[in-house]
Amino acid sequence: MQPTGPEGSVTSDMPEKGPHAQEPRKLEARLTDADRLYRAFVASGAGATLVLITLIGVFLLIGALPALRTAGLSFLTTQPWAPDGQPPKFGVAAMMFGTFVSAAVAMVITVPVAVCTSLFINEYAPRSLRRGLTSLVDLMAAIPSLIFAIWGLFLLVPLLQPIEDWAVAQFGGWMPLMEASATGGSLFNAGLIIACMAIPITTSIIREVLAQAPRHECEGALALGGTRWGMITAVILPFGRSGIVGGSMLGLGRALGETLAATLILSIAFEIKPRILENGGITVASGIAIEFRDAQELGLSALMAAGLALFLVTFAINFLAALVANRSRPGAGA
Amino acid sequence: MTAPETKALPSTSGTGERRPDTDAGAGPPRKVPPRRRPRAWRWTDMMETAGSLVAAFFLTWLLFTRLLPFRVMPVAFAVVWYALFLPIHWLVTKDGQGRPAAKDRLVTVLIGTGAMFAFAPIVFVIGYVGYRGLKVLRPNFFTETMQIVGPLSKATEGGALHSIIGTLEQLALATAIAVPLGVLTAVYLSEIQGPLARPVRLVADAMTALPSIVAGLFVYSLLIKPHLWLQSGILGSLALAILMLPTVTITAEQVLRVVPGSLREAALALGAPYWRSVLLVVLPTARAGLATAVILGMARVVGETAPVLMTTGGTTVLNTNPFSGHQDNLPLFVFTQIRSSQETQVERAWGGALILLVVVLLLFVLARIAGSAGSGRRRARFPGRGGQRRGR
Repeated sequence: MQPTGPEGSVTSDMPEKGPHAQEPRKLEARLTDADRLYRAFVASGAGATLVLITLIGVFLLIGALPALRTAGLSFLTTQPWAPDGQPPKFGVAAMMFGTFVSAAVAMVITVPVAVCTSLFINEYAPRSLRRGLTSLVDLMAAIPSLIFAIWGLFLLVPLLQPIEDWAVAQFGGWMPLMEASATGGSLFNAGLIIACMAIPITTSIIREVLAQAPRHECEGALALGGTRWGMITAVILPFGRSGIVGGSMLGLGRALGETLAATLILSIAFEIKPRILENGGITVASGIAIEFRDAQELGLSALMAAGLALFLVTFAINFLAALVANRSRPGAGA
Repeated sequence: MTAPETKALPSTSGTGERRPDTDAGAGPPRKVPPRRRPRAWRWTDMMETAGSLVAAFFLTWLLFTRLLPFRVMPVAFAVVWYALFLPIHWLVTKDGQGRPAAKDRLVTVLIGTGAMFAFAPIVFVIGYVGYRGLKVLRPNFFTETMQIVGPLSKATEGGALHSIIGTLEQLALATAIAVPLGVLTAVYLSEIQGPLARPVRLVADAMTALPSIVAGLFVYSLLIKPHLWLQSGILGSLALAILMLPTVTITAEQVLRVVPGSLREAALALGAPYWRSVLLVVLPTARAGLATAVILGMARVVGETAPVLMTTGGTTVLNTNPFSGHQDNLPLFVFTQIRSSQETQVERAWGGALILLVVVLLLFVLARIAGSAGSGRRRARFPGRGGQRRGR
């Protein structure tokens, strides 16, 4: 290391930069035999993971081909599900609609609640409570979705029923989404339960990212006379944007793939019902869970096509999330 | 470990009463004054909040009983109360302390409310499952199976031994498959960063979103439908392992990345070969985080119902061999019982749910103990690295 010239950069992490430090020196490391063995071993593990995971996608695609060939483009627009009927008539329209609506309901609730909870734990809760609350959130993330689902089925949905009935009676006339003939097994309720499951996992990730916001900048904001909210909007939220998007996307992934809540709560109906408070609906995951037992050759293939469609959607969402997260990372510093 | 006191201060309390703490390292003869702890709130703030609450309450009461022709529904009352409280509180604070402070206070209330919505379900879930479950849990729940239990038997008869055994075996097998593979992959991603790293990371990221039912469907249509292997515990483990793998990989990779590079470099500079630096320095340093990764993976799959629904078959008979014959497991037990139309069976499902919950809690506590033990040791060894541990 040589002493810095007068133009030595102040913003860099490295205090000193010699004139030859423009590019890193080439390091040559000799590998021992044991090192080579270790590398090969670890690489084979990674390779196995890659192969296994790729295999799933490829296999789903191969399995789905017969059904896709039979149905053609109508696979995307047909609502009923009777792949083993004569003639076979099936499509994912109703399933996809239900999946998206319930996931959308879930995310509308999850994201604000998760951000609030993360901020609350990190910035507002008393220091002594912080660890406990963090553990509580992590614990919630560990509670199986099945338990949330049966809890929702037996406690939350009956509890909400009168409120929903009331809402339908009062606002059904002029709010287009709320007309309903019967409530209870609706996409809205399914979404609500899914939100209960998605909140902890989303919160857990968002909180962790927000906790890494540079403390000195937070304190700087406060020292300059900012309010706590000012500090949050100026430092923490910009820093954590990628984390918020990433955490939300993970929650969304969980919401889209959630099987049990939908299976237990929805009254099964393979049709598109735009009124979210009305009984009936189906999601891709619950459709697979319900139909797989009776599925014949083409039926199974059709289910795999539906599974593939769901997987493609979740994959696309993940991919988008990764793009967003990567793009906002440089601006976020650190 | 001197974590800076970052007790946040709204600007409103910045009156002249606080003096900077300059007593910390002063000379020994000077008498140390009692340490001042800055507070984030004052009693007047409390009074303002309380006053706003009361004002909103009575306004709501007035609205409901005198002005509107509505029946008083408790829920609606609470909602209106809250909706009125927000603007009142805002106005009161704005009057006394100005706009930014009012905004800050309003947001504090909103954030607190949001957090409440997140924490309320946990209390209700645990409480309700405990309440329903304890009604049917008897010792025989752990020693009997459902083999000789008919639909008309009492809810306290029969048990879930077969499901508990099944769950434990399947979870252990799934962990045994997924964890070594996941950790190896993570080591590859973070330590070797070879040519496979990009595709592996991409695929693993994509797989975190793999719906659990699709993993079940994969195993079902690959092995079960073509009659290559009949439904059994190991197939359930396989499906669960597929779900665990990306979780373990990604979490472990993140943990390994947090290990300070200086530690690796120090090990290498001391002449250690790569494999020793990874095995003896990197992995032990990240032990706490790795334990968390494993537990996160286990917790993700222990309650998964969808994949085992398709792969293990489900049975009412005890089958300790996960490699052949149908096997039950706890989520499946709960799922089949709760969908039954018999009231007694539904009751039994809550017993199963409670056990499942306890298993998850146990796993969780174990993870915490493992995690904190690891990080405690690390903390003792590297006292200056407080910042590195923030986050996990």
